[in-house]
Amino acid sequence: MKKAKATNPICIRELRIMIIKHPLLGPRDSSEFVYKGDASLLDRPKWNGQKSEKKFYEYGYLRKNPAGSHRELWYHEQGDRSWLVVTRNTISHEIEKVELARDIARKKKAKAK
Amino acid sequence: MKYSGLKIFLEGLTGNKGWKPLWRNPEPKPKYDIIIIGGGGHGLATAYYLSNTFNIKNVAVIEKGWLGSGNIGRNTTIIRSNYLLPENEPFYEFSMKLWENLEKDFNYNAMVSQRGVMNIFHSDSQRDAFVRRGNAMIMSGADAVILDEKDLKKMTPFLDFDNARFPIKGALWQPRGGSVRHDAVAWGYAKGADAKGVDIIQNCEVTGFIIKNGRCLGVETNKGTIKSTKIASCVAGSSSKVMSKAGIKLPIESHVLQAFVSEGLKPVLPGVITFGAGHFYVSQSNKGGLVFGGDIDGYNSYAQRGNLPVVEDVCEGGMAIMPMIGRARLLRMWGGIMDMSMDGSPFIDKTDIKGLFFNGGWCYGGFKATPASGYCYAHLLATGKPHKTAESFLLKRFEKGLIIDEKGQGNQPNLH
Amino acid sequence: MRNIRHPIVRGKKITFTFNGKRMRGFQGDTLASALIANNVKVVGRSFKYHRPRGIFSAGSEEPNALVEIGRGAYQEPNTKATTVELFDGLVANSQNYRGTVNFDLMAIIGLFSRFLGAGFYYKTFMWPKSFWEKIYEPAIRSSAGLGRLSMKPDPSRYDKGFLHCDFLIVGSGVSGLIAAEQIANSGARVLFLEEDFKTGGRLNSEDLIINQIPCSEWAEKCVTRLKKLENVRILTRTSLYGSFDHGIYGALEKKTDHLSKNQDKPRQILWKIYAKHCVLASGAVERSIVFPNNDRPGIMLSGAVRTYANRFGSSFGKTAAVFTNNDDGWKTANDLSNIGVKVVGVIDTRKNIKPPSDKYPSYTNNSIVDTFGRKGITRIKLKTGKILKIDLLAVSGGWGSNVHLTCHKGDKPRWDENLLNFAPSKDIGKQNITPVGAAKGIFALDKLIVDTQKTISKLIKDLGYKLSPTIPITSSKEKYSCAPDWYFSFGKKSAWVDLQNDVTKKDIELSFKEGFRSVEHLKRYTTLGMATDQGKTSNVLGLAIMSDLEKKHISELGTTVFRPPYVPVAIGALAGRSRGKDFKPIRLTPSHNFAQKLGAVFVEAGNWLRAQWFPKEGERTWRESVDREVLQTRRSVGICDVTTLGKIDIQGRDAAEFLNMVYANAFAKLPINKVRYGLMLREDGISYDDGTTARFSETHFVMTTTTANAVLVYRNLEFVRQCLMPDHDIHLISTTDSWAQFAVAGPNSRKLLQKVVDKPKDLSNEKFPFMACTELTICGGVSARLFRISFSGELAYEIAVPTQYGNSLFKTLLVAGKEFNAIPYGTEALGVMRIEKGHAAGNELNGQTTAQNLGMSKLISKKSDCIGNKLSERPEFNKSDIKIMMGFQPTNKSQSIEAGSHLIKMGAKPVLENDEGWLSSVAFSPILGHSIALGFIKRGDLRLGEKVLAVNPLKNKKVEVEIVSPHFIDPEGVKLRA
Repeated sequence: MKKAKATNPICIRELRIMIIKHPLLGPRDSSEFVYKGDASLLDRPKWNGQKSEKKFYEYGYLRKNPAGSHRELWYHEQGDRSWLVVTRNTISHEIEKVELARDIARKKKAKAK
Repeated sequence: MKYSGLKIFLEGLTGNKGWKPLWRNPEPKPKYDIIIIGGGGHGLATAYYLSNTFNIKNVAVIEKGWLGSGNIGRNTTIIRSNYLLPENEPFYEFSMKLWENLEKDFNYNAMVSQRGVMNIFHSDSQRDAFVRRGNAMIMSGADAVILDEKDLKKMTPFLDFDNARFPIKGALWQPRGGSVRHDAVAWGYAKGADAKGVDIIQNCEVTGFIIKNGRCLGVETNKGTIKSTKIASCVAGSSSKVMSKAGIKLPIESHVLQAFVSEGLKPVLPGVITFGAGHFYVSQSNKGGLVFGGDIDGYNSYAQRGNLPVVEDVCEGGMAIMPMIGRARLLRMWGGIMDMSMDGSPFIDKTDIKGLFFNGGWCYGGFKATPASGYCYAHLLATGKPHKTAESFLLKRFEKGLIIDEKGQGNQPNLH
Repeated sequence: MRNIRHPIVRGKKITFTFNGKRMRGFQGDTLASALIANNVKVVGRSFKYHRPRGIFSAGSEEPNALVEIGRGAYQEPNTKATTVELFDGLVANSQNYRGTVNFDLMAIIGLFSRFLGAGFYYKTFMWPKSFWEKIYEPAIRSSAGLGRLSMKPDPSRYDKGFLHCDFLIVGSGVSGLIAAEQIANSGARVLFLEEDFKTGGRLNSEDLIINQIPCSEWAEKCVTRLKKLENVRILTRTSLYGSFDHGIYGALEKKTDHLSKNQDKPRQILWKIYAKHCVLASGAVERSIVFPNNDRPGIMLSGAVRTYANRFGSSFGKTAAVFTNNDDGWKTANDLSNIGVKVVGVIDTRKNIKPPSDKYPSYTNNSIVDTFGRKGITRIKLKTGKILKIDLLAVSGGWGSNVHLTCHKGDKPRWDENLLNFAPSKDIGKQNITPVGAAKGIFALDKLIVDTQKTISKLIKDLGYKLSPTIPITSSKEKYSCAPDWYFSFGKKSAWVDLQNDVTKKDIELSFKEGFRSVEHLKRYTTLGMATDQGKTSNVLGLAIMSDLEKKHISELGTTVFRPPYVPVAIGALAGRSRGKDFKPIRLTPSHNFAQKLGAVFVEAGNWLRAQWFPKEGERTWRESVDREVLQTRRSVGICDVTTLGKIDIQGRDAAEFLNMVYANAFAKLPINKVRYGLMLREDGISYDDGTTARFSETHFVMTTTTANAVLVYRNLEFVRQCLMPDHDIHLISTTDSWAQFAVAGPNSRKLLQKVVDKPKDLSNEKFPFMACTELTICGGVSARLFRISFSGELAYEIAVPTQYGNSLFKTLLVAGKEFNAIPYGTEALGVMRIEKGHAAGNELNGQTTAQNLGMSKLISKKSDCIGNKLSERPEFNKSDIKIMMGFQPTNKSQSIEAGSHLIKMGAKPVLENDEGWLSSVAFSPILGHSIALGFIKRGDLRLGEKVLAVNPLKNKKVEVEIVSPHFIDPEGVKLRA
């Protein structure tokens, strides 16, 4: 007979590399951040638009995954909880640009209108 | 050339003069029946099974660098078939059976060493999940044993039973799991394929595909145009890079995974041990080095090197379960580029372009899959139909909602 | 042998033990220098053939002299004797032998070496199959390996630290010192690292003059000046082991390895260094020459012989010869004869060389064709047939820049044809690394000084620091040229390339013959350069042999990639203090102290420690306690700390719209002072979390998440807020740590709570019905939140107070509940009750479960957008035969079942094709008196009452179970609405 459990498996994710120049907080060790992925995740399709099934499939699953300059989302979890768009070279790991994701998302919305 | 103890003895007596190269270094012919892009483990295995099992010999393997320079040459050498999901487990068990006969098959000692793979659990719910998995394994014809704390204390007395932050409660053990001398797998497959006439062309990089009317007719390379009606990409780690030349976007991100080896030590570990409450797994090579690893670095990368926090994270995991390795020293660390797929499971499939095939998305689990991946890819290339154990590894499975997510992490590659 | 005129003998005497023998050394010795002084020739055994080996070098490039240091749990294998600082009481032992190191039974392997060439094991041991794991492999494994682990937990402590600097200078030899002083004068912050315990690098080993004084004295003066500067920090005994992205470097400082008493202080410190620029003054490493039987004890690198003679005053024997292909060998001959060793010959491979000295016989255009003396060299035979009797042979195959660190980030060294050296490429500056001195490929002292001054001046200027005028430094003039005479073979005799891994010239030839010709194939097939020294003294020799075989220039072959770490680093040091109980932080619930007093048993839940159950006296098993807790709660009232659930405060004009977006079900119309259950999907349509959200005002919501997903949910909410709804007025804050929260469950829960809430709050069913919530005060003014929600299926509430009142509220509730026999209950009882009620939890919400699987597909909003709804419409999610969560109970109620069992039709075989589902959570229900389970089975909703088999092949068990509703108790929800 086994005990019943309400608790989940133990697995703690954290850390990772490099120095990211936070637009508000200056240079921060990347171990303070959590990585999400391609910044195209900002471009969430309209749920009731045309071909939305296909668009959501592409949004959710297909990635350019370039060898070179890559715009990507990092979250300052152990900091001010900003989502950032970091432009980073995936071969050299050099960081070209860091922006607040919210600023970019706002610009996109304004443009869409 | 047939290898045996006798052959070594006779060569030893005659000054080792009679050994021959394991493979030729041919120039590419203008045309082949099948071109395999990628001379790593999976590509060479595909060529081997095409030529040895499916009797298709007019095959070229084209490799950007040296044969075996991909992830077959930079992994932690573990083989196991301890998967949960019905789309995966039969495939990995098929692979395990191929491993068990591999050396006889290709007459090369790749040191397939079945000393067991142990997944330690630390909580009741982890145990429940492992019981479910162990049962799934047995139901698919694999072997699995649930060990309790007492069993573990006998087998691995050096684990930290007394002072662990997360108590060690037992393990799911696969006795047939183990490790293999990774480079020798590439060499053995290359030798076997070459012997049947497969051209393995090293230092040959694909620069483009020849595509006409939705059909792939060949590749452009730094050694010229090579034609074929079947082109098979097999370049995990660089899949997006290569397939983008054909205009195909994949459900894959490239990530770096680091691996580590310690200085040589007299035997200390019985088999492969994985930690269930942190990122750490370890085995000991025949040369005595502890071969270990943990999680991927976690960001898109094509650099074959990682960073410090992961090194520390992995060593912390090691010290948390086996503090007796504290005075062993890390000798070397390196990184490999993984095709991290959207659900953590691979692809062996046709593409929308006729004649262009795709094999990739192996995440950090490609090594153990090498024989079955090669076999199933060869099956698809030769017969046009997927092998029955690889029917779910469809490139467009997500469009329909078929998800093979062992870890339950969703469509974010770095979490698998 | 010790030179009794050397100043070291005036220092403190030190006693140590080697292989059980007590020996004498001096303060300032390394273990290697002391062993040489004690004339110990055989220190270890080689990896493959177990050949006797002695000390070969004087630094971290040592391939041979690996020893085990220390006793018991402190035993440290594979330690290079050349890097061990001698201390009183040091215990060292040889390793990798059976019998004794002088008579190693395993040495018999050497007799069969002709059958054991490179990769022989790939060609045999294949038959019969079962012999591999049982016979061949164990034999290989036990003879391979090197040192032994103690198998005891490492007793030492290791610390970690961070350092920041403008300039990191690596290596304190002449170029490092010049760079440090020049940069320090510019005012920049300098961090100066030296691997050795003594600064000065090669200057300690040479008999040269700088600024009219002996070079070692010059170095000391320089360091004295540097030590006075505030902007300079010098760390000795500190190895830079790796170079990482964005100017981050890893270094290891040995703090107490060299002290007799060291238990109470950290053994080593792992430094993470953030440097704007790195000056690499890591010097050069000497190569050997490949010739027959070149591995005997007593054969040493020429520079090392000078180090032992000049720095430590120790050397082997009295008669020496030098074998060289460059000018360096002559310096060794000179220095040896200066300390009274008789040099009986300098054998120079070069033809047109004019011997710089005639103090000793020279044999130019000559080479060594054999050596003799198994446990210490006795004779050498020259190409010309001449035999020399010696007890020391110094060998120099030329110097190679120490480019290891430049390779870590992918720089490919370039071949300098002039000096026969791999030097850092011109691109190295892109990594903000500036190599100077020998590391840059300049080997003559005078030239190196001038170049370093020039290079550093330019660097200071380029980086915008203040440049002071350069003060000229005079020095002895050095000459360095080298000939490409890499190897000499003679007949069938073995000539070693890689000493530690026993790779010989023949192995490389075999590798070539079998087609392993690329550098990486060569390395992997022969194991060249893969030993603990990473082939520092041998890699180029191997390349040279292969380049001749391939008839390709060495520069075309390239070199294998040096990988971090530069020197091996203890795994314990990389882990630091994150081990044992400190592996991860521990989070305690607000009621932890009181629960502890009550004798609770705790369990790890993520980082939290939670009370699992509260045993009472007389209860012998956990089941007794848990059954009691369940029954008592269901019959009267129980209290459980549920603070670990994630809590997120959501405010703003658009908060309601936001909740509509992040939950699968609609929230916008939730009335104020009401709570609603919410199911959360990932964007891929899988349900990953659930919880309740309460509305306290038009613009204020309080969300709860599961314990496990608290961090993840918050992260995802921030993503939606910032990235998907950037123009909306939404404010989030995690309040998990701010509120202590308790479940108060059971028929008497209302009565109990009525006792603690401040009047006139009325908790009657009419005034405070199921799913109501309110902000109120309790216990005479403590602000609190009350939610009428139920996880157990009973009449139940959750009450939250500011965390600091948590422990006290827990106590208060138990005291106030005495009249109802209120009890605390733990996570086990919580789990049993939620299974009885049919609530999904972690075992069900495992990241693979859809709303459809949970039978909740109707919940998903079809009218408006929400995360995950689109992709949850995909066909595979909505097939007719998907698995549905159901309840299960054994037909024979006395049987128990196990979570993880799979479900198959009655009479079916337990194979994959017949697999219909699985049991996710199992408990013994004390209310029902038998086992119950939640699980998933194909089309379960249509199969109520059907009998299936729960199979557990791991234990060879099967149990007949009936498919029932997952709501084992009170399916209509009468109790929770009472």
